[in-house]
Amino acid sequence: MIAELGHFALILALFVSAVQATLPLIGAHRGDAGWMAVARPAALMQFLLVAVAFGCLMNLYITSDFSVLNVAQNSHTDKPLIYKISGVWGNHEGSMLLWVLILALFGSAVAAFGANLPPSLRARVLSIQALIAVGFYLFILLTSNPFERLIPAPINGNDLNPLLQDPGLAFHPPMLYLGYVGFSMAFSFAIAALIEGRVDAAWARWVRPWTLAAWCFLTAGIGLGSWWAYYELGWGGWWYWDPVENASFMPWLAGTALLHSATVVEKRDTLKGWTILLAIITFSMSLLGTFLVRSGVLTSVHAFATDPTRGVFILILLIIVIGGSLALYAWRGPQLISTGLFQPISREGGLLFNNLVMATATAVVLLGTLYPLLLDAVGGGKVSVGPPFFNAVFIPIMLPMIVVMAVGPMLNWKRGDWRAAVTRLWPAMVAALLAAVGAWALVTDGPFLGIVGMALAAWLAVGTLVELTERLRLRRDGLGRALGRLARQPRASWGMTLAHLGLAVTIAGMTGAGAWVKESIQVMAPGDTVTLAGYEFRFDGAQDGQGPNYAFTAGHFTVSKGGRVLVVLDPEKRVYNVSGQPTTEAGIEPTLLGDIYAVIGDRGTTPEGKPGFVTRLYFNPLVAWMWGGLMIMIAGGALSLSDRRHRVGAPARRAAVAQTAGAD
Amino acid sequence: MKSRLLYLLPLGLFLVLALYFAVGLTKDPKIIPSALIDKPAPEFTLPPVAGGKTPGFATADLKKGRVSVVNVFASWCVPCRAEHPEINKLAKMGIVPVYGLNYKDTPQAARAWLDKLGDNYTATGADESGRVGIDWGVYGVPETFIVDGTGRIRFKHVGPIVGDKLEKEILPLIRSIQETGK
Repeated sequence: MIAELGHFALILALFVSAVQATLPLIGAHRGDAGWMAVARPAALMQFLLVAVAFGCLMNLYITSDFSVLNVAQNSHTDKPLIYKISGVWGNHEGSMLLWVLILALFGSAVAAFGANLPPSLRARVLSIQALIAVGFYLFILLTSNPFERLIPAPINGNDLNPLLQDPGLAFHPPMLYLGYVGFSMAFSFAIAALIEGRVDAAWARWVRPWTLAAWCFLTAGIGLGSWWAYYELGWGGWWYWDPVENASFMPWLAGTALLHSATVVEKRDTLKGWTILLAIITFSMSLLGTFLVRSGVLTSVHAFATDPTRGVFILILLIIVIGGSLALYAWRGPQLISTGLFQPISREGGLLFNNLVMATATAVVLLGTLYPLLLDAVGGGKVSVGPPFFNAVFIPIMLPMIVVMAVGPMLNWKRGDWRAAVTRLWPAMVAALLAAVGAWALVTDGPFLGIVGMALAAWLAVGTLVELTERLRLRRDGLGRALGRLARQPRASWGMTLAHLGLAVTIAGMTGAGAWVKESIQVMAPGDTVTLAGYEFRFDGAQDGQGPNYAFTAGHFTVSKGGRVLVVLDPEKRVYNVSGQPTTEAGIEPTLLGDIYAVIGDRGTTPEGKPGFVTRLYFNPLVAWMWGGLMIMIAGGALSLSDRRHRVGAPARRAAVAQTAGAD
Repeated sequence: MKSRLLYLLPLGLFLVLALYFAVGLTKDPKIIPSALIDKPAPEFTLPPVAGGKTPGFATADLKKGRVSVVNVFASWCVPCRAEHPEINKLAKMGIVPVYGLNYKDTPQAARAWLDKLGDNYTATGADESGRVGIDWGVYGVPETFIVDGTGRIRFKHVGPIVGDKLEKEILPLIRSIQETGK
């Protein structure tokens, strides 16, 4: 009954979105207020219906109704409640349902909070959102129905992939999807603007908060995924350039570019065509990610649906949405007139440089991800492009951007003086030099890139702080007045400062963890001691046990430094009852300087012939900085989002102020 | 006019990409011919993975009159992880020696990978620079070669050996080469 109810609600949502996709669009074309007004109630109704469908599926999972195919394939009665809930989106059908739920959520947010939007723009935006939704409802209902019955019902289910039974991963997909799908807002606004033929500062001010919100969620989602890979896969690594990771990274890169170019549109009335194109590209990357993951054209650990019919469906959807929007762009784009002129050396120039680098980086990741596919299409067979390619190409592209990142905010709009800016950045240069020398002195045997990374992190962090003191006019007006200005800084500029600082901290973390990791792999018998990076790991033995739906072997390590016991680590190796699949739970002690990380493996024999266990011990320097830096970046985004000019009702009042502020 | 074309460029690029996708959807991971088929395996000597359980191997090991299998793998390669249980299965059957060619990898990562997924290779050579891989015509991993008793490459499989590929393709080929190649 519940399954049929959910199925029915989903079909109704399809019809509502079909209405929402057509009537308001026609109404906006004809200038018919009544037809345009359909958009808001339709968007709210659509969200309500999808929410009902999603609630039904969740109910089926919680009650373990195995007469539903999807539940039987992905759940089990022994599974803890939280994984019954996360199991809803831990599979293809359910995750697509989550996708449309979030799409409808964003649409209803425009309907609810978009009172200050011009009616025709709002109607068009909601129609475009609904057009995307129609495509995805059809996809779910025709190829991936989560409510399909299984008669007769099995006694128990197949269980969720054990790797996915993890708190970090339970909330990774919703975050990621809030990011992916959030970019649909920027896309819908871009298409609506192309139809209206007008892009102005007000448009950019409406687009930015949505993009920013999506960006924050996507950053959090990528961070969670990386964190999960770090402690669950048990390799001490945190980024593998896996196609699915890349699929989430490409919209992030393009979205970051979009955030910056939208600022230029808002403040300087230029780069309009480019910003629209970026909005289209960013969401296209989200869709492309969905296609790559769902169609099975690329091999990946994450790919849980590999079905060619679905692939064909998504490809057609891609061609309609991306091809259609790019065709519209080719037709209407040249009519967008930019009024603001600027010199290459200027704030706009710096932001444009950021955009070019981000776009190039997106293209590189896209090429690396698709290369196996492209090669296969011309008869080259299936291959895997690994981290060697990405590290060799991606990192050099990003380095100049970090250098410019500290300079750009110091430049004036329109025409800047890079010599003056660089001169004032002397503290950053000193910091970079000190960091390089410090890194070289501390880790004499590390790779050269480690020294470069640390220098860049210091350069960016101090450069960002220099820019802050400039903005506060600390040197000219003294500490007292500067502190007064500090309190009055708009939250948006705090957001920028925090986000850039966060990236600096993240770079330091990635450099430390990437370049200076120490590891030791061996068979240890109880009582054996291994010294790694100055820490003594004593293996105290292991014992077997039984978890809720798995059997485990838990090892115990006492870690001490200079004779003083620091921590006891208890890594586990689990074997899940239903699937028989083993997973690793690393024992990790995070510290500010680095993570002490231990993994227990299979039974083995030590060189002396004693029975023991294979153990992998790591010291991962500065890993905590990476997660910390990501959190600072997200906090920066959230702070900027709470800026008063983004709040309901504020844009209209602040528009005049912002324009004069932009001109000075 | 010129700027018009510029605005058309994204659409053009996308359509080319879409074409590739369309072709890609019709393809399966499949066997492709190699320029090295029926040619002698290249001359090489590979050291073992530092700290690993098995020795390295060289061209001479492939000329001992027995059909052998050379599997190119890397710890950073996800499809390799997928196919590894099948490689282990093949090695445990004991009908052919299975050599691992560890391609562009660090010894630590390779050892950890083998510890976790099981190491049943007869010998594993570490090709850290990828130089030997070039001679073998490796352009991506995983790749699997079947070499006959005289050291000639008889077959190359590109992509992971998963599903029923081992039973349906690889094993029958090994048997036929074993019967006819001696």
